[in-house]
Amino acid sequence: MKSQWKKYKQNKLAQGIFLLIYIGITSLSLFMAQRSVTAFLLLLSSLLLLYFTNFKNLTKWLIAGIVLVFLLPFTASNGDAYQSYMEVATLVGIYISMALGLNIVVGMTGLLDLGFIAFFAVGAYTYGIFATAQAANFMPFGSFPLSGESFWIFILIGCFVAAIFGLLLGIPVLRVKGDYLAIVTLGFGEIIRIIFNNLDRPLNITNGAMGIASVTPPRLFGIDFLYPSQFYYIVLVILLFTIFTVRRFEHSKIGRSWKAVRENEIAAQAMGVPLVRTKLMAFAIGASFSGMMGVVFAAKQAFVDPTSFTLLESITILVMVILGGMGSVPGVILGAAVMTILNLQVLTEVTNWLNQLNSTGVFSIPDALSPSKMQRLIFGLLLILFALYRPKGLLPAKNHVYNEKELQEGCTKDNGDNLKSIPEHSQIEKAQEV
Amino acid sequence: MSILEVQNLTKKFGGITANQDVSMTVEKNSITAVIGPNGAGKTTFFNMITGVYQPTTGMILLENEKLIGLKPHEVSKKGIARTFQNIRLFSEMSVLENVLVGMHTHIKAGLVGILFNLPAIRKEEKASEVKAYQLLEYVGLAPLLNEKACNLSYGAQRRLEIARALAAKPKVLLLDEPAAGMNPKETNELTQLIKRIRHEYNLTVILIEHDMKLVMEISEHIVVLDHGEKIAEGKPEDIRNNPKVIEAYLGTGAVQAG
Repeated sequence: MKSQWKKYKQNKLAQGIFLLIYIGITSLSLFMAQRSVTAFLLLLSSLLLLYFTNFKNLTKWLIAGIVLVFLLPFTASNGDAYQSYMEVATLVGIYISMALGLNIVVGMTGLLDLGFIAFFAVGAYTYGIFATAQAANFMPFGSFPLSGESFWIFILIGCFVAAIFGLLLGIPVLRVKGDYLAIVTLGFGEIIRIIFNNLDRPLNITNGAMGIASVTPPRLFGIDFLYPSQFYYIVLVILLFTIFTVRRFEHSKIGRSWKAVRENEIAAQAMGVPLVRTKLMAFAIGASFSGMMGVVFAAKQAFVDPTSFTLLESITILVMVILGGMGSVPGVILGAAVMTILNLQVLTEVTNWLNQLNSTGVFSIPDALSPSKMQRLIFGLLLILFALYRPKGLLPAKNHVYNEKELQEGCTKDNGDNLKSIPEHSQIEKAQEV
Repeated sequence: MSILEVQNLTKKFGGITANQDVSMTVEKNSITAVIGPNGAGKTTFFNMITGVYQPTTGMILLENEKLIGLKPHEVSKKGIARTFQNIRLFSEMSVLENVLVGMHTHIKAGLVGILFNLPAIRKEEKASEVKAYQLLEYVGLAPLLNEKACNLSYGAQRRLEIARALAAKPKVLLLDEPAAGMNPKETNELTQLIKRIRHEYNLTVILIEHDMKLVMEISEHIVVLDHGEKIAEGKPEDIRNNPKVIEAYLGTGAVQAG
C-alpha cells in the first residue's frame, strides 16, 4: 500500500488521470443532481487535489482556471440552486482576498490586527456613498448616484482609500507591540464601525444605522451586474490579482523584510530594514486588498450598513489565517475557503437536515441547539483542536527553496566580476604561509 | 588613518551610568578589541555606535560623519554592520534568506518593480541570490542554504550572523562576543575567518570578546572598559602587563600563563 502510494506520488500521469476522473465525476454529479451541496463541495475540493499534484505551476494555474471559469459555473447552472452556489463561491473569493490581506499583516509581519474588517468597511462605504444619492448631501458638485460604469474605477479608489486608512492607523499604532497592538487595532475596528453608525448628523454622510440602500449595480458595455453569477467573475479577477501580488511580494525584498521584522526587529533594523516603513507598507498593502473587496461587497449586496462590520467578522478572518497557516499563502486560501463554506453551507445544511428530522418526528432537538446558532462554539472548538494538533495550520508556511545548482553555476559565471573580491581558499592559505 | 571616532561617550540609564566619557579612535582596516568584565558597558557601547541607544552626551563620527541621532537602519546604511551577543537570526527563515535580508540596503527594487516583476528586478534578485550564496560558501555554510536558521548548530549560527553582516557591505564590522559558546576548534576557525575577512573585504573590525587567546592573537589595539569607564588602551602586549587591567579583569594568573 505504502509503496503504491509512493509510486503514485511520483507518477504525474497517474495523478493527471485521477484528477481528470475526479473532476469528471464531481462535475457530472453536480450537473445531474443540482441540489447536492456535496457535489458542489467535492468539485471545489478538486482544486486542493490539484495543489498536491506534481504538475508545473503554469499547468496547475491553467487547470484551476478552467475549473473555476468554465466548469464550476456551467455545471452549477442547470437548476434553481445556481445563484446560491455562485453566492457562496463569490463570498469565498471575497473572504480569501481579505484573509490574504490579513495574512500579510499577521502572518508575514507578525502584527496582530483585530480590527481588520474596518478596511473592508471603508471600501464598502466608499462605493456605497458615491453610488447612491447619499453623496449629494455633502458633495458641492457632481450628480449622484454615479453611474454603474464608475464601479470599475471605484475598485481602485477603494483600494487606495483603504491603504490610506491603513497608513493612518499604522502611524500612531505601530509604536506599540504585541498584545497592546492587538488591543489598539481592536479599538480602531470598533471606532470605524461606530463612526459609520453615527455619521448621519450633523451632516448625513453614511445614513447611520439605517444603512445605505439601493447601491447602483456595476455596469459594463450596457450590461448591469445584478446576480451572484456575474459578481463571481469580478471577484475571480480581483482574487487572481491579489494572489499574484502576494506571491510576488512574498519572494522579494519587501516580503523578506516583513518576515525579518516578524522574526527579530532589532536584527532587522541592524541590517538596514526601516522598521516603521516596513510595517506601514504591510498595513497599507493588506488593507488595500480588503478595500477592493469592500467595494465589490457593497455592489453585490446593494446595501451597506454598520452591522456587516462587527468584531466577529474581524475575528472570523483571523481564524481563517490561523486555521490555514500563518504566513502560508496556499494555507490561508484553504483556510478561508473552509471557514466560509463551513459557515454558509455546511452549518445551514446540517440545520436544515435536523429540522427535517424534527418535522418528520424521527428525532427532535431543541431549537437553541441548532448548529447554525452554534457558529461561535464551532469556531472555538476548531481553534482549540488546531492549536493542539496542527499549531502551524492546515498547510504550514514553507520557505522558498533555492536551487543550489543554479546558484553554483551563477557563481562560476560571474567569476570575473563578483569573485574578484573573494579569492579562493587555497590562495588565502598560500598567502598566509608566505 | 582613522575611520571611526568616538568622543566622550556617556550613557546613563536613570541613575546608572553604563558608559562614562569613553573615547577611542579606530584605525582603518585594523582589528580592535573591547574587553572588560561583565557589566562593564561593552554592549551598551556597541549599541550606541549602531544607533540602538542614543548616547546621553558625546559624539560618534564615521569618516567624519556624525552618527548621533540616526536610527539603527540609517547607521547600517552608513556602513556599520554588527552581530549580536545573544544570536539574533531570523530563525524561521532559510539560511540564504537570512543573508539576503542583509543585502536589504543594496537591493534597489521598489514596490512597482516588484509588482510588475520587471526584468531588471528579476536580474537583480538573481544576482543577489548568487552573491548571498557566495557569502555562504565563504563562511562554509553553502550546503545548508535551504535549512531553517534555527536548525543550525551554535557555531554555524554565529558564522551565519557574520555572513549576514558581511552582506550589508559594511566599512566597519562590530562583532559582539563572536566566540561565546564555541569549542577551541571552532574558535580557531573563527579567528582565521576574522583575519581573512579583514583582508579580503578591506574591513575594520571591532570586537567584544572574553576569549583572551583570540583577542591577543588577532587584535592590534585593545580598549579595556570597567564600570563603564575606559581604564586602559593600547597594544596587546601593553594591555597584558597593565596592572590596572590585571586587577580589574585579567587576574594575576593571566600574566603568569601569558
